[in-house]
Parts: sequence; C-alpha cells; structure tokens
Amino acid sequence: MAKYIFKRICYLILTLIIIASLTFFLMKLMPGTPFNNPKIPASQLAALKKANGLDKPVYVQYLKYMLGVLHGDFGTSYQFAGQSVSHLIASRVAPSLQIGAQAMVVGTLLGILLGALAAIRANTWVDSVATIFAILGRSIPNFVFAALLQYYLAFKYHIFPIALWNGFSSSMLPTIALAMAPLAQTARFMRTEMVDVLNSDYIELARSKGESEWQVVAKHALRNSLIPVVTIIGPMAVDLMVGSLVVENIFAIPGIGEQFVRSILTNDYPTIMGLTMMYSVMLVVVLLLSDILYGIIDPRIRLQGGSN
Amino acid sequence: MTKILEVNNLQVDFHTYAGTVHAIRNVSFDLAKGETLAIVGESGSGKSVTLRTIMGLLAKNGKVTNGEILFNGKDILKKSERELNAMRGNDISMIFQDPMTSLDPTMPIGKQVAEVLRIHGDVSKKAAMDEAARVLELVGINGAKERLKDYPHQFSGGQRQRIVIAIAIINNPQILIADEPTTALDVTIQAQILELLKELQTKIDTSIIFITHDLGVVAGIADRVAVMYAGKIIEYGTVDEIFYNAQHPYTWGLLESMPTLETNSARLHAIPGTPPSLLNPPKGDAFAARNAYALQIDTEQQPPFFKVSDTHYAATWLLHPDAPKVELPPEIARRRKIWQKMNPTTSKEAE
Repeated sequence: MAKYIFKRICYLILTLIIIASLTFFLMKLMPGTPFNNPKIPASQLAALKKANGLDKPVYVQYLKYMLGVLHGDFGTSYQFAGQSVSHLIASRVAPSLQIGAQAMVVGTLLGILLGALAAIRANTWVDSVATIFAILGRSIPNFVFAALLQYYLAFKYHIFPIALWNGFSSSMLPTIALAMAPLAQTARFMRTEMVDVLNSDYIELARSKGESEWQVVAKHALRNSLIPVVTIIGPMAVDLMVGSLVVENIFAIPGIGEQFVRSILTNDYPTIMGLTMMYSVMLVVVLLLSDILYGIIDPRIRLQGGSN
Repeated sequence: MTKILEVNNLQVDFHTYAGTVHAIRNVSFDLAKGETLAIVGESGSGKSVTLRTIMGLLAKNGKVTNGEILFNGKDILKKSERELNAMRGNDISMIFQDPMTSLDPTMPIGKQVAEVLRIHGDVSKKAAMDEAARVLELVGINGAKERLKDYPHQFSGGQRQRIVIAIAIINNPQILIADEPTTALDVTIQAQILELLKELQTKIDTSIIFITHDLGVVAGIADRVAVMYAGKIIEYGTVDEIFYNAQHPYTWGLLESMPTLETNSARLHAIPGTPPSLLNPPKGDAFAARNAYALQIDTEQQPPFFKVSDTHYAATWLLHPDAPKVELPPEIARRRKIWQKMNPTTSKEAE
C-alpha cells in the first residue's frame, strides 16, 4: 500500500509540473500586459516590464518562475502591488474551501442516504420522489438554487443571513445551493448500484442466514454499493471548486473564485499561476484520496495495489 | 420415518408485465428426517422457486396462491417476517449455485461465517470466530484459523463453496437446501463437494433437498427423486425406481439424454422442443407437445398421479388401464431389464 501511494505521488508531481508549464505558456499567449492602463507612457511601460522581468524571452521567464515555485515563491501580485500571491490566496481560500467541503460532505452523505432509500423501496413512491428530486438537482444550475434560497430563506423568512461572510450561519445557504448537484448525482449512482447489489447472490445468501432487511442493507449492501460511488466523488469535487465561483458572487463571499476571474481579466500572471496551481493540487489530491478510499472499501483493489 | 417437511398443493404465481406466470402448479412432496430428496428438472421447471418459497425468499412479484408448507407441523407460509428470520440459517439453511458470487466480496470470510451464529444466538465475537474456524476446518478449509481475515477473492471456487456450506451448516439446521451446489464447479471439485455433503449429513443429522438438472449427481447422493416439469412434479420415487423403472415419458427423455458407459451412439440424445410458456399453461399434460408417446387425452386433460408402488407415483395417462401399450425407447428398455433383475417378483405388475 505504501509503495502504491508513493508511486501515485510521483505521478502526481509530474502531473502538476505539466499543468504548470501548459498554463504558463497559454497565459503568455493572452493579449495585453498586466499594465493595461492606456495612460501609462511607453517609456514607463518598458521600465515596468523590465522591473518585473517581462522584457526577457518567455522561456527565461518560465525557468525563473519554476525555480521560484521550487523554493515556495509564487511571486507577487500585480493588482495588489507588493502582496505576495501565497498570502493573497491564503487570505481568500478559507471561505471557498469551507463551503466547498461542507457542500461535498452534505451532498454525498445525503445523496447516499437518498439513493439507498430509493433502492430499498425500488418502484414505490419513495423511489419516484427520489428520482424526481435527483433529476431536478442535476438539471437546475446551482445559481438558480442560490437565488431561490436567498429569496425565500433569507429575504422573505429571515432564517439565514442574506449574504456576506459572517460566521457559520452565513455559510449555510451557499452550502445548500452547492450541495444540490453532488447530492443528486450521488443519489442516482447509489440507487442504480444498490438495486443491482440487492439482487445479487450474496445478498440472497445474507437473507438466507436470517438477517433482517435492515441488517442486510447495513452489513452487506451499503458497502458494496459504495464502491462505484467513490469514483465519482473526485470529479464532483472539481465541479464544486469551479461551481462555487458563481455562487460566491451571488452571496458576496470574499472567496477565491472571484479573485480568479479578476486576475485573468487583468493579466495578473503570478496570481493566475498561483490559483491554477492551487486548484490543480486540490484536484490531484482529491483524486488520490478517492483512489485510496476505493482501496479501503474494496479489498480486491487493496491487494492489487500492494503487489504493484 | 418422521416427516420433517410437508409441502401440500403449493401454487405460486409471478406477476410480470407480460401477465401472470403460473410458476408452481399444485406441487406436493414431503421430506423425512435424515433423508435426501433430489428435485430434478430443466431450467424454468420451478425447482428453485419451490425452494425459495420454503425459505420465504420469494421475489417481491411472487405470490403463493394456494397450499401449505408444514415444517415440523407448522405452516411456514403463515410465519411472520421475524419468525422467518429466526428460522432461516438456523432451522433451514441454503447452499447456492454459484460460489463465485454468493459470498460478500467486501467482508472477511471469518466474519461471514461467524455472523450466522451471532444472528441466531447470544455468542461473543471471539467465541463465534473460534466456532467459525472449527466449522471451516470441518468443511475442508485448511489452516482456517489463519485465514479468517481473508476475503472471498483469495479462495478458489471449490473452497468458496466449502465456505458457503460452512455458513449453511454452522447452526446444525434440520433441513439443508442445496440449489444446484455443484453446477458451477468443475467435475473433480463436484465430486469432492458431494462427498462433503454426504459426510456432513451423517455428522449433523440433517435432511437435504437437492436441486439439480444433472441425473448423474442425483444417483450419487439422493434417496428419493422428484421430477419436475413446467411447474409440476410429474413423477417421484426412490432413486432406483426413477432410474430403472421410470414411467413418465419426460423422465425417459431425461434418462436418455444422460450419457452412460453403455452409450455408444455418436450423438447424445436430446428432448425435442422447448418447455411451454407458463403464462398460459397447456390444458392437458404440459409435456404433450414434446412427447412422442402423447395420447389424445394428454392434450385435453391433465393426468392424475397413478400409483406404481407405495413409494413411486407418476402423472402420465400411459399408466391408465385403458392406455395402449407402447414400445419403450431402447435405453429405457435396457434399464427395465436391470429393474427386473433387481426385483424379480414385483416386475410383472410394473409392466
């Protein structure tokens, strides 16, 4: 297992280097410079470029940047002169991470529950309600949920704060809005899988042992149905990170999503790079974690990993 | 002999989109203590449905429309789900067809075996595990104590079937139901598993209902045989009576299609045609359409059971006193000769 994880981490670092390089060169293809103010005279612009090392050939800039990253230096932002990118991200990342993680946990757990319930009561009204819920959750975009939640739960009934970032209660609405999609997707996956599992031979054997329906579900069906569900958790986490951008805007949360958009609009190269790298690290780590989780749930995979 | 199980006039219907399937049509049989009864028939004849009804494990769209299943005098069909759970795996347990899929792939085998003890009795985890190791050793898993934490995929098919058997016998059930337990195994392993079942039967003193479509397996293990066709039992008797003095043309067909050492033709015999749809079962004998010996009455009226001996009954109009005498297929005629040698006095009546 340790060997398997080590191997995966090596691949992970390679992946990050490739992502960093691609992003760097693509970013340099974008028109304009960080100093887009037309009032800046040409001579001053040249001086600014020189001061920031932007007059050098792209490959030199690339090597310099990568060397810096190796030493943990992600450069300084152009928008906020003098602020280091790592500091900028660190101060903004907490709210985004919090609502993202909350939405992930709430969404997958409720989704698993809803899907399991639909499967156990397959082809009854419970199943139909769950299916309708899943279709709605999947097809309605999260910003629509966000607006609806904001209108009813905050504006009309004052149950939650309407916007801004003041403690836990203000994270509730964005969390619910963001959780709808993963909830729906997990529920659908879970239902399909569990219907299959409940018809399998080992479930019949469990029943023939004299286990009650709930024992059968808790001891045997749940764990086996979870195996494929774990595979979609990775991609769903990515969806959440990107999706939070619009929702953050609606609730005026000082998150990282807003920062990302602004840094692209202003050609703030170090910030773009820093944020891309942060998203990439989160993504590959989530994928690695879901693979490890996969191994914990399914002993057959655990063994293969060890012999690799 | 005390009867431990009596199935009387059992009828089971399945509601499907195509209509109602009459899967079990008036089936009756009994099982004595310590006896092995084989139920033989082709796929879809209702063997498995019969056993699942006894276990109370019918699919949700299945419904018992008539009959009773008396286990030690009490009707299983009238039991509550709680009573059924207490019965399953304790008084009656089941061995399944495919050992590759019948164990939970994500649970160590020791736990899967020990679980049965803990469901039915107040046993500590440790004691249950020790007992699981003992029973696994009994069914032939060597070094079971060290393997309790292993998962099913770490065992071969034959070993997995032994584990399934361990789960079935750990509570010393009064009835062991085996649903084609050797079909998915290769021939050498089949023989080992059959041997094991026979050995265990004397050790734990249990009755066995054994479903199979393989008459070769039946000869080795059963005391009595019931032949099922299209949801009905069409002939039953002792192993010798079925093998050497069969009366129903369908049983003849089964015996003919079984290759023996005496078979010297290049082609194996097969029964022509396919079983009837049980959505609208035929009015007369369900086998009539495939039966070279069918009489006019076979298409009009279902044959009742005719008594051949105290233990042997067959539902075919050929046994009616007015039925014409037919010439037996060569394989069946050969078997009749053996039967006459075995029973020189009674053979005249059987003719």
